[in-house]
Amino acid sequence: MHELSIACSIIDLASEESEQRGGVAVRAVHVRLGQLSGVVKSALVSAFELAREDSPLATARLVVEETPIIIRCPSCHTETTLDWPQGLESLPSFCCSRCGVPSSDVRSGRELEVTALEIEE
Amino acid sequence: MTAQTRIVEIRTKILKQNDVAARALRDRFEAAGVYTVSFVSSPGAGKTMLLEKTLLLLREGYRVAALVGDLATDNDARRLARSEVPVRQITTGTVCHLEAEMVRTALGDWPLEDLDFLFIENVGNLVCPASYDLGEALRIVLFSVTEGEDKPLKYPTIFNTADVALITKADLASAVEFDAEAAFINIQAVRPGIQVLTVSAKGGEGMSAWIKLLESRRREVSHAPTSEPTREPAQT
Repeated sequence: MHELSIACSIIDLASEESEQRGGVAVRAVHVRLGQLSGVVKSALVSAFELAREDSPLATARLVVEETPIIIRCPSCHTETTLDWPQGLESLPSFCCSRCGVPSSDVRSGRELEVTALEIEE
Repeated sequence: MTAQTRIVEIRTKILKQNDVAARALRDRFEAAGVYTVSFVSSPGAGKTMLLEKTLLLLREGYRVAALVGDLATDNDARRLARSEVPVRQITTGTVCHLEAEMVRTALGDWPLEDLDFLFIENVGNLVCPASYDLGEALRIVLFSVTEGEDKPLKYPTIFNTADVALITKADLASAVEFDAEAAFINIQAVRPGIQVLTVSAKGGEGMSAWIKLLESRRREVSHAPTSEPTREPAQT
């Protein structure tokens, strides 16, 4: 359960951004969460609701965009999207959809980033 | 009147602070010439036992040390101290993983130049440590034969971030009817190409291959520069 510390980092980041803009109120924080980031969306949303209390983001929402895993084939260079919706226990093999060659070259899916803030004007 | 809202794009990594701290550690390890190896696994997979045996085997030819993470006790550190190599404990309290900053604090002013290998044993957890870079050169994921062959499929993230997978407690494999072939296929499914070794820290099986792997991985990164800086020829 490291989602709480991730949520605290999001709050810190967003608070800092708000401060730099003269303490504007933050309505929402948009984050991008890769399916291979090791962070569970539902747990992160619950943790965020706890972490935002007594912070400048006490009423802010968390908007999560999940990104799929994309691997690049070492042989034919095709990019394959491995969709791994949370809750599904095992994930598809890391193999190229075109030629079947296994690949460890993960091009997307590890994202763990704040992409935008909705602020009041 | 309701206030207008505006969207401001920022694109910042959430674990940016950890990434920065990890990069500083990695630079420090490289500058000191110490090869740093971390262990991750679920609780009870045999990290401490493997580490104890590894320290004993390596200390004959190398200067080795270890940092061990534990939630509340210093049992592991005390157990490892029997190997008579320097061991430091990181007690994480309620935190379920190690972070780069914890490693930096635990290291303090430890003279890393005096070491060839530094081992970092993470907290027993197959989920949370995956997201935190510790500045290590090599991340080892361990799982024991008693955990079942499908462990990699259940925790693909941690297997995907590892550099080498070790199947531990090989001495118990037949007792639990462990299917080594299925385990290997499952590991490769989530991390194609990863090197897999099977070991028994207790019985000794696979331990020499494991030690050889550590030695060769260390040589790969430390072969280029010599330890003595080459001096510019003196101008006359």
